[in-house]
Amino acid sequence: MKAAQVTLKDIGKCYGEEWVVRDVNLQIQAGDFFTFLGPSGCGKTTLLRMIAGFAIPDRGSIHLDDHEVSRVPPWQRDIGMVFQNYALWPHMTVFENVAFGLRERKIPRGEIITRVNQALTTVDLQGRESNRPSQLSGGQQQRVALARILVIQPRVVLLDEPLSNLDAKLRIEMRLELLKLQRDLGLTTIYVTHDQEEALAMSTKIAVINHGQIVQVGPPRAIYEQPIDNFVAAFVGQANLLPGSIRSRNDHTYAVDIGDGNVVLAHAIGVTFQAGDAVSLSLRPEAVELSPCEAEKLSLNTLQGKIIAAAYQGAVVEYAVSAAGTTLKVRVANATGQTLYQRGDTVCLSFAPEAVTCLAGFSNK
Amino acid sequence: MAILLAILTAFILYPVLRVLWISVTDDQSNLTLIHFGNFFRRPLFREALWNTLWSGFLVVIFSSLLALPLAYVLARYEFRGKLLLQTAATLPLVIPPFVGAVALQLILGRSGMVNLLLRDWFDVSIPFMEGLTGVVMVQTLHFFPFILLNTVVSLSNIDASLEEMAQNLGCHGLRLFRRVTLPLMLPGFIAGALLTFIRAIDDLGTPLMLNYKNLLAPQAYLRITTIGMDDVDGYVVCVVLVVLSMVTLLAARKYLSLSEYATVQRAAPLSRQLHGKQLTLVWLIIAVILGISLLPHIGIVLLSFAKVWSFSLLPSTYTLGHYEEILLRVPHFVINTLIYTLLAAALDIVLGAAIAFLLLRTGVPGRNFLDAIATMPLAIPGVVLAVGYLRVFHGWDFPGLGAPLTSSWLILVVAYTMRRLPYTVRACYAALQQVHITLEESAQNLGANRFRTFIKITLPMISGGLVAGGLIAFVTSCVELASTIMLVPRIELGPISYGIYLYMQSPLGRGAGAALGVVAILLVSLGTYLTHRVFGARAGNAFRV
Repeated sequence: MKAAQVTLKDIGKCYGEEWVVRDVNLQIQAGDFFTFLGPSGCGKTTLLRMIAGFAIPDRGSIHLDDHEVSRVPPWQRDIGMVFQNYALWPHMTVFENVAFGLRERKIPRGEIITRVNQALTTVDLQGRESNRPSQLSGGQQQRVALARILVIQPRVVLLDEPLSNLDAKLRIEMRLELLKLQRDLGLTTIYVTHDQEEALAMSTKIAVINHGQIVQVGPPRAIYEQPIDNFVAAFVGQANLLPGSIRSRNDHTYAVDIGDGNVVLAHAIGVTFQAGDAVSLSLRPEAVELSPCEAEKLSLNTLQGKIIAAAYQGAVVEYAVSAAGTTLKVRVANATGQTLYQRGDTVCLSFAPEAVTCLAGFSNK
Repeated sequence: MAILLAILTAFILYPVLRVLWISVTDDQSNLTLIHFGNFFRRPLFREALWNTLWSGFLVVIFSSLLALPLAYVLARYEFRGKLLLQTAATLPLVIPPFVGAVALQLILGRSGMVNLLLRDWFDVSIPFMEGLTGVVMVQTLHFFPFILLNTVVSLSNIDASLEEMAQNLGCHGLRLFRRVTLPLMLPGFIAGALLTFIRAIDDLGTPLMLNYKNLLAPQAYLRITTIGMDDVDGYVVCVVLVVLSMVTLLAARKYLSLSEYATVQRAAPLSRQLHGKQLTLVWLIIAVILGISLLPHIGIVLLSFAKVWSFSLLPSTYTLGHYEEILLRVPHFVINTLIYTLLAAALDIVLGAAIAFLLLRTGVPGRNFLDAIATMPLAIPGVVLAVGYLRVFHGWDFPGLGAPLTSSWLILVVAYTMRRLPYTVRACYAALQQVHITLEESAQNLGANRFRTFIKITLPMISGGLVAGGLIAFVTSCVELASTIMLVPRIELGPISYGIYLYMQSPLGRGAGAALGVVAILLVSLGTYLTHRVFGARAGNAFRV
């Protein structure tokens, strides 16, 4: 079956008085790995369930390729969904679980056997056909759930936080496997998660969702490096957010007053600010360099601060630094033998203007 | 949904409302409380009301006194002979109370075993079975296992960390029990005690068998059957009983919901080993309890084989004639029971599953109302339901039957089905709850519509619960007496309980009655055993309303 395009037009859903999803317009291309990313309760699972057919939108329409499917029952949509708890049927063997969809489609027995074996081989579970789900580990169960929908060759694949029940190491392994699988098979995939690392690692496009509305859509790099507002900046990756006001502007570079007499050079994307505007400066922890303060003059975009806490994490060291009237998170890549700062040390933080983004001044929480 | 509502209304709600209506209207169909006034004005009824409340209360007290220490020992200790105690605890459950009444009469009655011995040795006789004492005694022996099992569950459900925390802060022993354990298990225990109270005051069989009429249930029965269908007082008594039961049921549900807060999915408190003096004491208690529990069983078995047994310790001669009688000459008692109860169980499974499905998987308005009606029978004494049926279905031809429903054996099947419906609904509900909805959604996602999903996924997964529910309905219907004796149209249509009641009226028939009683015990034992095999330790859930 060919991978399909999914279009959401003006989708809205309410429960009683509350609109849990509002004004959602999305175009998901065939072959995309499209992620709905957002905090718990933001409406991403509701959106997924509407695409699957387990909820009906109160407003707007859902289209698969050219067909409107908003009210088509789930069993007629020909899409495959992997549930968060895998939903493997305990009274059936692995083989019967995977064969279920094919039997519903009245595929002849011989073909079923071939396709099921193929699917199990794809997810590396050959030989497990006669096991029951309770005899499998979490990671194996997850792969059975995957095989179960891959075998029917669906037009769209829906994944509802499939990795959240796995332990940390396994999660990272499976992430890569899923990524490879999707790229190899070219299936349109819609993925729901609250883990922004996962989203960044696997997606071709991300939609950041908050309070039922789409905040920003774009490829991972754009989402991370050019967040559209405070919420995206803080939710995707870590960010230091510094309130300030525009002092002056020179082409695309702004001088921003962040208090305590500190002035920082920053840039903005897609918006223009005027002098006097209240802004929020977003600065990624890994963009900050630490150095012991020499008595030389403090150059632009250098702040003086004091280490409050240091957390050694092997590949990186994370510092909490008190500077410019607030606490800044700094992440430094660790090289073997490098000097580590201690609590109480005085340091100088420096960062390039391109690493600081001006965002509109109100928090979007 | 509509069909279910119609069925339940016709066979549960309407008959009860009809009884209520008669008790609150006068000859010109105006609403009045004059009948209730008359009720409270007559000393006979006031006495019956008082006796009922008092005996119910005593039964709960004595049962608790027996059950609580045993429950604590069972729940918190490991020791040799524990299995024996657990078996002894469930023995009284397999013998219907009215059968037990007869047996105990033989052993503890005025001319029974014990009193004969006492008169020989000490020249005294103790009126174990006289009047109200007898009723209370029989009911206590029958009901204490309910309280025991209920309390064991309540104790085992207490999250271990709650007690460990108290110990960590310095509290232990009796103080720990009083300040932490007791309050936590109390709601569950009270819920069980209240349910026992309802069953004790609704019990018709025991007072009838012991010929003690001064309680509400026998009074209602007597007035309707001897004075007639139009005697208002009978209906008033019914309503009083229903009100008492309903109030108690609501209180029980409240306590049951309170008890949930202490239960967490964690390991139960650790069991400790018993040894030395404590162990001997426990064994002694087990022996006494076991002995007392077995008395009715021994009595009934002996009686079923006895040719002549009066004023002697043991039967003078033995015979197999009674079994010949009930199995060969008049096998219809046994056969009828099997037909009625299995049919009722099947109907209960279908109704119970449908209602559970409506409750858990749909948002149909009114389904909670349906659930309420389906649960009502728990608080409706058999007498009252029977009276309602007689009033409603008598005198007009039921569609498709060509005769009034009350003249056919079907009325018994209907009565059993409705009276046991609450249990199957609960069993089906519990089973369906275990099936996570994603298991059904993933089937739908892969192409199965609602019906196919139900057949291929849901039904196989709840089948255990369905069967268990059906078994419970079967087991409890086998020994149902109250509705039965009022609704049996002709002797040949009577089931085992009716047969026992008939036979026990005369001294000559007691043997055959006992033989029927043994058959009843065997049926109930078989059903209970099967229930435990199918449902395992979770069987208790079906009884928790």
